Amino acid sequence: MGRFSRLGNELYTGKKSIDFIGRRWLWYAMSAVIVVICVFGLGSKGLDYGIEFTGGAEYKVTLPSSQVNQDTADEVRAAVADSGVDDASSPVVTTSGQEQILIQTPPLSGDESQVIGDAILETTGASADDLSQTELGASWGQEIAKRSLIGLAVFLVLVVLFIWAYFREWKMSVAAIVALAHDVLITIGVYALSGFEVTPATVTGLLTILGFSLYDTVVVFDKVRENTRNLREMKMGYAEAANLAVNQTLVRSINTSIVALLPVGAILYVGAFQLGSGSLKDLALALFVGMAAGLYSSVFIATPLLAHMKSGETAVQQAERRAKARQRAMADRYHAVPAFPSGTPAGDERPAPSAADEPAEPSPARAEAAGKGRVAPSAHGPVAPSRASGRNQPSRKPRSKRGQK
Amino acid sequence: MARRQRPSRTLLGFFVGLAITYGLVALAGTWTPTLGLDLQGGTRITLIAEGEPSEDNLVEASQIIDQRVNGSGVSEAEVTTQGNQFVVVEIPGETQRDLVETVKRQAQLRFRVVACTSFDTRCGAPTAPADPTEEPTEQVPGAGVTVVPSEEATGSETPANRAPLGFSEKKNGKKNGTPTEEPSAEVTEEPTEEPSAEPSEPAQPAGGDYGDPLVWMDNPDPASIQAFQDYECPPQGEVALVEDDPDKPLVTCDDEGVKYLLSVAMIEGTELSSADAGIPQQQVDWIVSLDFDGSGTDTFTTISRALVGTEKQFAIVLDGQVLSAPTMDALITNGQAQISGNFTEQTATSLATSLKFGALPIAFEPDPQVETVGPSLAGNQLSAGLLAGGVGLLLVMIYCLFYYRGLGLVVLASLVVAGGATYAMVLLLSETANFTLSLPGIAGLIVAVGITADSFVVFFERIRDEMRDGKSMPVAVEAGWARARNTCVAADTVSLLAAVVLYIFAAGVVKGFAFALGLSTLIDLVVFFWFTHPMVSWLAKYPFFNRGHRLSGLSAETLGVESITLRTPVGGRV
Repeated sequence: MGRFSRLGNELYTGKKSIDFIGRRWLWYAMSAVIVVICVFGLGSKGLDYGIEFTGGAEYKVTLPSSQVNQDTADEVRAAVADSGVDDASSPVVTTSGQEQILIQTPPLSGDESQVIGDAILETTGASADDLSQTELGASWGQEIAKRSLIGLAVFLVLVVLFIWAYFREWKMSVAAIVALAHDVLITIGVYALSGFEVTPATVTGLLTILGFSLYDTVVVFDKVRENTRNLREMKMGYAEAANLAVNQTLVRSINTSIVALLPVGAILYVGAFQLGSGSLKDLALALFVGMAAGLYSSVFIATPLLAHMKSGETAVQQAERRAKARQRAMADRYHAVPAFPSGTPAGDERPAPSAADEPAEPSPARAEAAGKGRVAPSAHGPVAPSRASGRNQPSRKPRSKRGQK
Repeated sequence: MARRQRPSRTLLGFFVGLAITYGLVALAGTWTPTLGLDLQGGTRITLIAEGEPSEDNLVEASQIIDQRVNGSGVSEAEVTTQGNQFVVVEIPGETQRDLVETVKRQAQLRFRVVACTSFDTRCGAPTAPADPTEEPTEQVPGAGVTVVPSEEATGSETPANRAPLGFSEKKNGKKNGTPTEEPSAEVTEEPTEEPSAEPSEPAQPAGGDYGDPLVWMDNPDPASIQAFQDYECPPQGEVALVEDDPDKPLVTCDDEGVKYLLSVAMIEGTELSSADAGIPQQQVDWIVSLDFDGSGTDTFTTISRALVGTEKQFAIVLDGQVLSAPTMDALITNGQAQISGNFTEQTATSLATSLKFGALPIAFEPDPQVETVGPSLAGNQLSAGLLAGGVGLLLVMIYCLFYYRGLGLVVLASLVVAGGATYAMVLLLSETANFTLSLPGIAGLIVAVGITADSFVVFFERIRDEMRDGKSMPVAVEAGWARARNTCVAADTVSLLAAVVLYIFAAGVVKGFAFALGLSTLIDLVVFFWFTHPMVSWLAKYPFFNRGHRLSGLSAETLGVESITLRTPVGGRV
């Protein structure tokens, strides 16, 4: 633990730094590869929609765990297939969790459903209390999907507005949204590739990820903003400051994600192993994948992208130039100090600085300020605001005004 | 010094608030939240409206369904609307298949001819109407309902309790007006038809073919008459619960307690192509105009021929209840008829909508979503949800204790307090706002543990950062708080935004999730502001923390600095 804390300290002071921004092309490429794989998986395999989206009937019978095995499932399958209901001639029967057998059929009418239910109960010897069933028309799932899409659109618009309002920076909005899209795409891709079933609970999970991913991004951006608030007086450029921010929040990001993933992991475990299939598992799975992607994207995608977009701005470029100049200067701080070999007699005649040490040609003479007799150097950039912090500073009136009321 | 006082005062205020909340819960008197169907067992039926119904219509539909379901003997059934498109029927407890049918069943509108009513003697001795105190004892059922040309405000004089109805041919100018005051006075219909009660009657085999309803109505089979005589109308205001089988005669009542024996169905509601309420030109009274389609027109013409000029009635039956039983005053052959009477705008519109859509003012998609959760599964889900919650909470606590040591205790306390506040709110909301705790809701609460703990992580990391900059703990707490506060509010706002959007746009169980998430995000903010921060400020007074004890989580070693600043020099910065 101590080591992790010390790492936190070193990351904070910048002593140890992971170059998130500088190596952005590496992260972009990594994400691009992952996203391409995901999109490819989505295109080739497609998503495995649950019965909520396709329509159908699902029966869950709760049995003592000793009875939940492949044999019982086979018996149930045979019983359902022989029940005389045409649509249910090839049901999908699986064990689910420790205490459940799951039977899925195409959509059935109420009477047919009754027949199947009875057949299942008879085969397994369970009572009516143990049977749960869901009959869904395809329209239900489509309705959910439609509403989710509307919700998604509204949410995105609101979030863009909120981030823009909070950070006063539309580029942050864009970066956050890109990171978000990245997370959602990866989550969907994982679903497509792994063949996990997509249910309304998955969609819920997905929508929740939106919140989570942004939550993370907002925290990181908040630090970025803090670090770059006074760009003109900073010793480092925007990219460096942003990188420091990511490093400083890295410990928090990791902690947060662990803390957030722990409960989700608990739900996932209980949902998958104890309950078998169900909304709990679907929800937790989507959250788990999405949160992991969210952690990655807020650190590796959102901030580098932000720095990337900001790099075009004049103020940022100036800061960058200053930082670079300072860096060059700091590489050898005393490089301009003339060296006196020991034993050099003190005297007026200094050795002429060699041409290599100093820019040989003096800066070209500037145009004389007309009529004033003094030369004001042209500004390198905008002048920093006063550091007076609002305190009254002693001021001196021009000579012509002095002594007059 | 005054500053030192504050944390404990805020803490005190917070606990008083919490105590008041629990006081309210105690007043409400329930200590367990209302469980959702998936945790309790039961049946949920979700009907999806077609098109874009107005909110009023949806509410009306849900009320009608509510009547229908609760009328069938299940009292706890709850019918709610969701979004602008869903009507959700929730029936907790035992799984009941038949109810699914009740709800799913589209409203049945049928036209039948009336064999006899409780006012005439065709079917043996007239029986008194269900409510003898009721005035209409002397009315012909369907009083004042006559076939009149549309121009006439028929039946306006009848002293009926409900709008007397009259049928008239649409857009016929000719007045063959038998004004409606052929009143209601006494039963004009003699028991001319031999009181068919006698068993000698060559009764049709029961449940079999009833022949031509128009013949049958004059001579009902004895089994039907027996059924008619045995039947008791429910008290007024309640809906008669009868099985409306189109192939059998029907014994039922209207909403005034008048009993009818009706023939097999002659025209189905589907043969009605439109029904509208309106005021015809040059008239002042509301009427409902009907328009039958091809086959409906034919049958209606036949009925019209048989009934015109007689006192015989035909009945419009909706879901087994007689909506109205008009007589036929004019021969209507074009399938366009008007029902007139003492309609107000409201009653006319309501009848027209009823006719148009069946009982429901909107149409639903044919395949509703039906979910039945067996109590066994429900029990499993409840225990699984609680287990997941417990395990999740425990893991987070252990991690925080391990990582933040002394400060981890604050996390622990905050989570416990947040848990307590959440539980109180859930109880209060289930009492006041009908919030039910469902499995996704529990999931939402568990997921929110992460969000809640995250605020603390942000806060503590900030404090540590400030201390690394060389501030002493009391100062670092305040400085870190100022920064962490903004971050947390921003991040929680995003989270809340997600929950609200999810709540508004999602349907079904997702709502529960969104609600739980939003609720716990809010509680997180409350706890963060009024518990965690004052708590940490208060703890900062103790040497255990501000001197950086090895186990405080703020020692020089954990911070990775040389030494802890004990007193921040004046000016704040080092």
